[in-house]
Amino acid sequence: MWRYVCKRLLEMIPTTLGVLVLSFVLFYVVGGSPAQIVLGQHASQQSIAAFDAANGYDLPLFMGNWADINALRRGVDGQNELAFPLVAGTYRLPGIRVVTLTELSSGMLRRVVGQEMVEVPKGWALSEARGMTAVYRKTRHFFDSQFVRYLNGLIRFDLGVSVETKQPVAEVLKQGILPTLSLSVPILFFGALFGVVFGVLCAASQGGLLDRTVLAVSTLLMSVNYVVWILLGQFLLGFRWPLFPIWGYESVYYLVLPVLIGVVSSLGADVRFYRAAILDEVYKPYVRTARAKGMSTIRILFVHVLRNSLIPIVTYISLSIPYLFTGSLLLESFFGIPGLGSVSINAINSADLSVVRAVVVFGALIYQVVNLMTDVAYGWLDPRVRFAK
Amino acid sequence: MKQRIQASSSSEVGILRGPSAWQRLWCNRGTRICIVAIMFYTLAALYGEGVYRYCKGALWKGAPVCLTWGVERLPPYNVLHMESRYVPPLTQVVWPQSTAPDGTIIPAQRHRYWLGSDNLGRDVLQRLVQGARIAFHVGIMTSLIAIPLGVLLGCLGGYFGGKVDSVVVWLCATVSAMPGLLFILAIALIAGKGLFGIYLGIGLTTWVSVCRNVRAEVIKHRDRAYVQAARVLGYSHGRILFRHILPNVMHIVLISFSIRFPASVATEVFISFLGIGVQGEPSWGIMINNARVRLWQGIWWELTFVSLAIFLLVLIFNRLADALRDVFDPALRNR
Repeated sequence: MWRYVCKRLLEMIPTTLGVLVLSFVLFYVVGGSPAQIVLGQHASQQSIAAFDAANGYDLPLFMGNWADINALRRGVDGQNELAFPLVAGTYRLPGIRVVTLTELSSGMLRRVVGQEMVEVPKGWALSEARGMTAVYRKTRHFFDSQFVRYLNGLIRFDLGVSVETKQPVAEVLKQGILPTLSLSVPILFFGALFGVVFGVLCAASQGGLLDRTVLAVSTLLMSVNYVVWILLGQFLLGFRWPLFPIWGYESVYYLVLPVLIGVVSSLGADVRFYRAAILDEVYKPYVRTARAKGMSTIRILFVHVLRNSLIPIVTYISLSIPYLFTGSLLLESFFGIPGLGSVSINAINSADLSVVRAVVVFGALIYQVVNLMTDVAYGWLDPRVRFAK
Repeated sequence: MKQRIQASSSSEVGILRGPSAWQRLWCNRGTRICIVAIMFYTLAALYGEGVYRYCKGALWKGAPVCLTWGVERLPPYNVLHMESRYVPPLTQVVWPQSTAPDGTIIPAQRHRYWLGSDNLGRDVLQRLVQGARIAFHVGIMTSLIAIPLGVLLGCLGGYFGGKVDSVVVWLCATVSAMPGLLFILAIALIAGKGLFGIYLGIGLTTWVSVCRNVRAEVIKHRDRAYVQAARVLGYSHGRILFRHILPNVMHIVLISFSIRFPASVATEVFISFLGIGVQGEPSWGIMINNARVRLWQGIWWELTFVSLAIFLLVLIFNRLADALRDVFDPALRNR
């Protein structure tokens, strides 16, 4: 058993790495300049470069010794020139010239080019930069890159600051997780319960009136858009017949309607899946044997068949577990539940990429963990998996 | 229809092969209704595309003169009629004489709102047709991204196995680990508001299921006799894969198209509803978002008809997907 778990753990590594790289590429490489978003459209080139240097946004993406800093501007004569004085550090200009600037206690800068060493005042402009196409700054080490910084931040749970609320993103996530779970766990539980019960009933009466009715109704349920479910539920049960409150997060009662909508909207697809999973089992010989022994149908279905069709069912349920944490986006924002779903929706509406990124990455990482747990559960549920090569 | 099956099965080819898949599809009354309804939706979408292009004045922006037929003007589904707001369905109203921005006088005209008007006096029916146009755009464009990608990767992984397969499986696992809707929203957000972001977001996330199904099917075919024969004949891998195996797994493509289409339409509704989708055009999601505010004041028609349009489109595609699966892939009949 432990060998199996260890093997699965090893297999998890490439996928997790893939998830990290994919999210990094999506948000850092394609996502555009965060400095522009944070500092606004009219920020000066110097402040943008300072922001990039402070947050490491000018570092190479994956690895490298030189960071391309955006320090040049087009001068009046059409030649490139330095847009602002450089701070201490080692710089390379295309060609072979390497310039080292060191801060001295006297408030001057020592400038070293090759053998030549000069002391210059701070704020002095590098004359060699004239006519250059780029200025590179030396990174601290070869792996001092944006990707490594990003991983480092993830490990320390330092996810940056939300542009919109000015709160640390980690704090936002922590506050959102409880409301989200209080909504999504009941949805998962009741959804699975009703889905399995209806699925078993359907499979038991395959081809009969009950089966056909439930199947037709589930196809209908499946086809109603999620948005429409929410609007309809709020309108009918919250407004026309005001049984439930439609906004707020104060007591359990406030969660009844969203849970109801969440369960009903996914019930159609669930029932169809569970029915199919159970139908794959009911024609197996062991069912016939059990029936021949005179076992009751209920016992056959709920004890023998269900146990054997647990693998697809567990897989199906586990696929929705990651969404427990990222939350049901619309349900939360419609019912005013301050969970991760409504946080993400707000972040998307205000283009707050750092929050969106954090939720996506954590959703994906939780998916990995759940996947592992599902596989371990297979081994626990089904000895054939445990002992297979 | 029964006679037709018998007639065809009594012919020589029929004895050998039985009724073709299309015949079996068409002979089921429910499926036939679905196909006709899809054709109806397609016509509506094509009509919407015609109106859209006509009002654009050219086939695309900056098109050559031969593809230009006029100046760009406000399409009828976006024209405001503030005097006839919230008109219930089937009502006929008279739009008073008005002056267009360019100074021409538009005479008074009668107009029947078959499905009522919205908060700015725009015709719900016309906007509904435009919504169908956008839904079809999304359904088709995302399929054009997802299906080739999924088929190519699935074929390569399934056929070559080994390291290639590991890479394909790894890619699938990675993309499917991302939290679905949020990932789509993030891609759409980064690609910028508009339809292109939606195409990319949905297309780049939903190829995984196509890829998995195609890969599983290709693995089944990989060691069959006809493939071995082709190999003995010295055909290249590309030829075997794309000329011999691919035609045998094309039914997977058809089935996954019929499953993906309604799913991507539903996702588009969701994204447009959040305001990240298409701008300035009446997508179904935007219409729902627009209508929900007034629902509580008894303006039921816009929301009802849009919901009904989405519901029917998704329903007929779901039914069609079931029927296709029954016909092409009997092993999956229960699913």
